[in-house]
Amino acid sequence: MKVTTHDEETAMADPAIEAASTIVIRPSRGWVSLDLRDLWRYRELLYFLTWRDIKVRYKQTIFGAAWAILQPFFTMIVFSVFFGRLVRVPSDGIPYPIFAYSGLLPWQLFSQAVTRSGNSLVSNRHLITKIYFPRLAIPISAVLPGLVDFGIAFVVLLVMMVYYHIAPTVALLTLPFFLLLAVAAALGVGLWLSALNLKYRDVGYTIPFLTQFWLFATPVLYPSSLIPEKWQALYGLNPMAGVVEGFRWALLGKAPPGPFLAISVGAVMLLLIGGLYYFRRMEKTFADVA
Amino acid sequence: MRDIAVRVENLGKRYTIGGPQAQYQTMRETATQMALAPLRRLRQLGRPGPVEEAFWALKDVSFEVKQGDVVGIIGRNGAGKTTLLKILSRITNPTEGYAETRGRVGSLLEVGTGFHPELTGRENIYLNGAILGMKRGEIDRKFDEIVAFSEIEKFLDTPVKRYSSGMYVRLAFAVAAHLEPEILLVDEVLAVGDAAFQKKCLGKMGDVAIEGRTVLFVSHNMTAVQALCNRSVWLEGGRVHCDGNSTDLIRRYLSGAKPVGVHQPSGEYDLTERRNDYLADKLIAQSLRILDKEGMPKNTFLMGEEMHLVVDVQGMSDYREALIGVIFKSIDGQWITSINSGMTCSHVDEPRQKEEQAILRIPTIPLTPGFYWIDVSVAQQGIGRLDYIEHAASFTVAEADVYGSGYRTTRYFGLVYLMGDWEIRNKVRR
Repeated sequence: MKVTTHDEETAMADPAIEAASTIVIRPSRGWVSLDLRDLWRYRELLYFLTWRDIKVRYKQTIFGAAWAILQPFFTMIVFSVFFGRLVRVPSDGIPYPIFAYSGLLPWQLFSQAVTRSGNSLVSNRHLITKIYFPRLAIPISAVLPGLVDFGIAFVVLLVMMVYYHIAPTVALLTLPFFLLLAVAAALGVGLWLSALNLKYRDVGYTIPFLTQFWLFATPVLYPSSLIPEKWQALYGLNPMAGVVEGFRWALLGKAPPGPFLAISVGAVMLLLIGGLYYFRRMEKTFADVA
Repeated sequence: MRDIAVRVENLGKRYTIGGPQAQYQTMRETATQMALAPLRRLRQLGRPGPVEEAFWALKDVSFEVKQGDVVGIIGRNGAGKTTLLKILSRITNPTEGYAETRGRVGSLLEVGTGFHPELTGRENIYLNGAILGMKRGEIDRKFDEIVAFSEIEKFLDTPVKRYSSGMYVRLAFAVAAHLEPEILLVDEVLAVGDAAFQKKCLGKMGDVAIEGRTVLFVSHNMTAVQALCNRSVWLEGGRVHCDGNSTDLIRRYLSGAKPVGVHQPSGEYDLTERRNDYLADKLIAQSLRILDKEGMPKNTFLMGEEMHLVVDVQGMSDYREALIGVIFKSIDGQWITSINSGMTCSHVDEPRQKEEQAILRIPTIPLTPGFYWIDVSVAQQGIGRLDYIEHAASFTVAEADVYGSGYRTTRYFGLVYLMGDWEIRNKVRR
């Protein structure tokens, strides 16, 4: 749907500006502009939807928010026993448990965000068919609550760093960048999946497989140095390869991410921008296919 | 001259039935269709193209609403009322045409959109308010008022999943009622809650109108439309059928002239406001009255009660052989039975006058409890229908102890009941 809004010039900061706005509704086909201003106007809704997901997440559970720690922690123990002890996977000279845990944190942020945002339109279809708001608010608000889980699980990582006597380096300053990259990658994938999922519910069933396979294509259990030189560029196309390697480097300061980081960043940008446009293009049919 | 708040020009919305757009599809289906498409096209060479099952939920709809007007949108189910609101509130995209709204738009297609069962009443007020487009500060300011309106103060911090359905609806409507857009689009949301609460909501809606906001109000509740809207737009089959003064429009909408259910509690039906699409070039049947045996018009009868139907007719002198008949139909339009003057009539006054009255006496109504339609027909044997009014009137039948045994005879036993008597005997002779 093409919607243009002409605000009156005078009252830019006043809530009353919306009162004086004209909305034009006409059929539209093909690609449409992102209209992020409309999304900005609805930022409070974005906030409330995110807040709702955070509030509801651990309702009626015994362990509550502790789940945010239990999941990566026990996965780390299982990985450490099988891959660290039995298979003896190399870990770039870092103790395997903290090697695995520092990879699992961004990975779980990513995989849970992809799962949640990929299913977000389907699970919010009662909203889509009953009220207007920029639909982008739905997958975005599904990605953000993962940051809270991440924050909780991150505390455990700090404890582990103390335990293993690993002091952070200057590289720690780059951590927000890699966090942002992980969120952007998850959103990029989530936008594609959510729009597809609304039309083809098959997508909902493939998401668990997708994240499972993706885990093996990402240096979570093993270092990327295991990948032969000639495949590194291809490997970098997986945006999470750059994110996870970057994460480890920022926190533990051992091996800096390979040259494929640039490729990963490019892949994220492509995914995200492509996802945004694809989502906006499909958006006008959402209410009809939901 | 007030400004235009809503302008709609040739708006249309098409849904494809059974086609790729309307239906839920799996990827396999799409893939198969894509793979087979060339083959199908090859096979169809030289044949007329497949007829796409398109359905226009809305077509060529145009109207304007001035600022501060409260306009009712009426019409039967499937007439396109909700589709119109969905387009104006930007939920769905039109297929053709143009629409423009000037001012902050708030739409209420349902109350309690986005309520989350796990969250408390307090939390849901904020969430729902944000979804409806309210700012946080606005919700803060109106919070106490919303709570007071909803009458759920005590349960404010209880998750709404523990609410009774009445409490849930009251809270949901309370939030919605405090939305203050310049243009309000409302769809049948008053059909919730108990009578007292509905009355309160209607009052609140009336306030909205007084405050000078523009309202488009979809409803089947004609009393509410008449009370709130000075003007109405009547949609039928996705098109604007009529547009004008509400009182006028509703009378016509409710009158037996159109095949629309009119339930006149008085039992008196005026049949003059319509067009005769049959053989006579004028309206023959003028009115139909449903009377009890005392000659009092009424609309609800007991099973087995005596009923008189009086049809006023004009111009029968031109059709001396014509028969006057009534057809009884069930609520879903099923033909139950009919009776015409040719079957029974023994009293015809001669010479016949321009204006006549046909009276049918039914000593006992053989119908089970429920709602019934009456069609009126004037026809001449060998020629056809001269005048016909589908669903000219309606009445209801209430339960009565027709067998004198205290047994409750309901609709589940059929549309008609038989008078009769069972006797159960021992087969073995003593």
